[in-house]
Amino acid sequence: MVEVTDVVCSLCGCVCDDIVVEVEDNKVTKVKRGACSVGKSKLMGHNRIKSPAIRVNGELKDCSYDEAIKKAAEILAASRRPLLYGWSSTVCEADKVGVELAEELGAVMDNTASVCHGPSVLAIQDVGLPSCTLGEVKNRADVIIYWGANPAEAHANHMKRYSYVSKGFWTEEGKKAKKLVVVDVRATKTSKMADVFLQLDQGKDYLIFSALRAILYGHEDVVPDEVGGVSKKDLLETAEMMKGAKFGATFFGMGVTHTGARHNNIVNAIQLTRAAHTHTKFTITPMRGHYNVAGINQVCTWETGFPFAVDLTRGYAWYNPGELSATDLLIRQECDAALIIASDPGAHFPGESIKHLAKIPVIQIDPFPNPTTEFADVVFPAAVSGVEAEGNVYRMDNIPIRLRKLIDSEYPEDEEILKRILDEVRAIKEKGGK
Amino acid sequence: MAEVLIKNGVVYDPLNGVKGEKKDICIRDGKVVESVKNPKVIDAEGRVVMPGGVDIHSHIAGGKVNSGRLFRPEDGRKGVEAKTKVCRPQSGYSIPNTFATGYRYARMGYTFVMEAAMPPLAARHTHEELVDIPILDNAALPLLDNNWMKMEYVKSGDMDLLAAYIAWMIKATKGFGVKIVNPGGTEAWGWGKNCSLNDTVPTFDVTPAEIIKGLAEANEKFDMPHSIHVHTNMLGHPGNFEITKETYDLVKDIKPAKDRQVMHTTHTQFHSYGGTNWGDFESKADAISDYINQNDHATIDLGSIILGDTTTMTADGPMEYSLYQITGRKWTNHDVELETGSGITPFLYSGKSPVNTIQWAIGQELALLVKDPWKVALTTDHPNAGPFIGYPIIISMLMSKKRRDESAEDMHKVIYDRAIYPSIDREYSLYEIAIITRAMAAKALGLHEHGKGHLGVGADGDVAIYDMSPEETDAGKIQKAFLNTKYTIKGGEVVVKDGEVVATPAGKTYFVTPECDDKLTDEMVVKLKDKFDRYYSVTYNNYAVQDAYVPNPYEIKAPWRS
Repeated sequence: MVEVTDVVCSLCGCVCDDIVVEVEDNKVTKVKRGACSVGKSKLMGHNRIKSPAIRVNGELKDCSYDEAIKKAAEILAASRRPLLYGWSSTVCEADKVGVELAEELGAVMDNTASVCHGPSVLAIQDVGLPSCTLGEVKNRADVIIYWGANPAEAHANHMKRYSYVSKGFWTEEGKKAKKLVVVDVRATKTSKMADVFLQLDQGKDYLIFSALRAILYGHEDVVPDEVGGVSKKDLLETAEMMKGAKFGATFFGMGVTHTGARHNNIVNAIQLTRAAHTHTKFTITPMRGHYNVAGINQVCTWETGFPFAVDLTRGYAWYNPGELSATDLLIRQECDAALIIASDPGAHFPGESIKHLAKIPVIQIDPFPNPTTEFADVVFPAAVSGVEAEGNVYRMDNIPIRLRKLIDSEYPEDEEILKRILDEVRAIKEKGGK
Repeated sequence: MAEVLIKNGVVYDPLNGVKGEKKDICIRDGKVVESVKNPKVIDAEGRVVMPGGVDIHSHIAGGKVNSGRLFRPEDGRKGVEAKTKVCRPQSGYSIPNTFATGYRYARMGYTFVMEAAMPPLAARHTHEELVDIPILDNAALPLLDNNWMKMEYVKSGDMDLLAAYIAWMIKATKGFGVKIVNPGGTEAWGWGKNCSLNDTVPTFDVTPAEIIKGLAEANEKFDMPHSIHVHTNMLGHPGNFEITKETYDLVKDIKPAKDRQVMHTTHTQFHSYGGTNWGDFESKADAISDYINQNDHATIDLGSIILGDTTTMTADGPMEYSLYQITGRKWTNHDVELETGSGITPFLYSGKSPVNTIQWAIGQELALLVKDPWKVALTTDHPNAGPFIGYPIIISMLMSKKRRDESAEDMHKVIYDRAIYPSIDREYSLYEIAIITRAMAAKALGLHEHGKGHLGVGADGDVAIYDMSPEETDAGKIQKAFLNTKYTIKGGEVVVKDGEVVATPAGKTYFVTPECDDKLTDEMVVKLKDKFDRYYSVTYNNYAVQDAYVPNPYEIKAPWRS
């Protein structure tokens, strides 16, 4: 038995890196400390895709990696409008090969941000993002706001490691000396901890941001007695808390990126942060979901110039979310083949998109079976990054951390599978097969 | 044995005193040699030949560069170019993607670029991007300006432990030296405040002046190839030239470990401002260059303005906030725990603006007023004062009084009242251009000892052949020649021919290993580990940049000086 420390979790955007596990006989046998229950489950391992497979007459038939690579490359090389999608639950090394493959194919390169914090990216492109690393929050923040996010259940270590419950240099007393504001449409495990819980009406976030901005700019007289289901009294109390903060930090989640005014919500959330700057220091940070969704945005940006929804058909990168995001392409029935990696559109895309995805040839690369596997035509099992493979990932605050390899895998890494597909595509194209 | 012979070139190689001589250059296995036997011959046909360009200060890779790209798709679209047989797709103007960064520098004849600001906690990111920049050899300077550990040692006066700390950080980040940006000010920005040179940093009870002095002393405890590299306090504020001069004075009596400056101060244009507000703003390039002319311990780079739209980005968080307050344009900020910060905002330099006009004049005035070109490097602090592809514009200005006079007429008339510009007659020679675009930078970085910035025997086979005769005086033709080389040769391989990229070998990453006494390091690490346990959001064991991030390493050892 070997104890491994400083293990990095490859589950959510928290990327906790202080986990201690026990390894015996090439298995993670125990997670001793550091991980939340979901992280623990990932580290311990669960059901896997067993073998590469190709769908024949409606059934997935096991095959060799060589056969699956050949088939995948044929599909992609023959495609006139391929979509390469996912990339958020794998390492940057694999993402880089993905961009290269997209260039070779003239494909659309999109990642899970387009159905996640894509609206946040659009807002950042509009107004920017005054933010900080999570350690800044830990050491300085005395007022924490979670907006449309429920970290107690979705990012279970977030409050403990980085925000409300953590202790840092100027926050030695921990939560006793901090204020927590939660804004959500329903009571959650997180809201139960809050000093102030603003339970708003569904889709009314924009109004609340605006009301708080008005108060912070000294125009509370224009705010009506109730805004979006929240009383003026509660809004005034929240604004006072923000003004009185030594250092305030807002974290926002899916509850606000994909409701009502969508990306305009986030623009307003950022403008609220700017309004707070007229009184004190304040930051704002998106609660990124997948452990490396921030990373694919980074890689895609430094290699193509743009973070998601990038079309390489013309030989150069063309960025147009709303037109070139995966769901839009699929709803328009535009793409004729797709490679899905490290994500599960089968579970998360709108029905119309999935319908088209089910019709076209789909290649899947993933350690785990998921609803996408149900209609995938070529399936590659891969090693689990962070357990069976190392590599670079970016935490939700864009801090790069290297995943550790804990045990050997019988499956190849994502990067290797992609490289082999890329080589095969190039070989086909050289023969004039496209 | 790959051999290259460049014949009939007119060579400018200032580190070897070669001033425009007709001279053959022989390269074997990537290095300059005395003679070759069976070479591939490149006939330069009387064109200008220089060592590969060396950029001492540019922001090309890492968190804030990429945040700039991410939040400015409008800039990304400006520079799109389709892939070719050898080149990957390009995008961006002021913040090109990594591939375009390599190709465009190489087309200007540059073969080495220093990434000037690497936040230690995000060092892996900088290295990931450097790996993706083709052709260019590179290095990165870790930001050691607002670190808590460092401020504590400066306060307690433990200079040896401070040295042990910077050594550990440079090694942990695979960095090249000590970069200092707005010392103390960025820590204060953690609370929304800023610091001038002699203000006390909140909580830490030291002054930026003490920090700079302490770091200079610590740096010189090792045989570091480079001096401290300083972005002084109060960047961009009217009247800041006094602070700049005072900063130079801080390290005047410190002896350098090697034959070089004790302090390199960067983008000096932004630090040479007179006046008390934007209304009476004026050039103090004369005061700054007087100081540099009278003293030998400090060198500068220009940070010269390129007119047009660009993306400003710096670890100086409070400065970017001030700039965004002026323009009201979008603004991104990213404070980095226990270490540093950053800010980004787009900016338009307009010749119609009196302030921008004076700034534009100052950058060139500094180059023209500092008498010894060995004290000056050409930069635009890319992309802060403008993108690096504007260098040929600056070169043509410095070489042509006629062009400067014509350009001044298109600027705001304030140039005739509050700048020194119109009164300067000096014109740079090609030899002096070769100094400020390669030789000086290589020497100031200590890289001339590692084959950069010159063409002597043993030097790297990095050569730029510009499509111009040494007698050329037409500023437009000079500008054109410096934008796209006839040939760029990198390590003996032709990478650019007739302005087109024809090969994209991977560049090397240079990093320095300061060698510190184990006992000192152990004592320091006890304190450092406590910082990780209590305040950092990553663990001590996950902090240092792993070897995998530097696949083409070039290590320079810096022994402790007894």
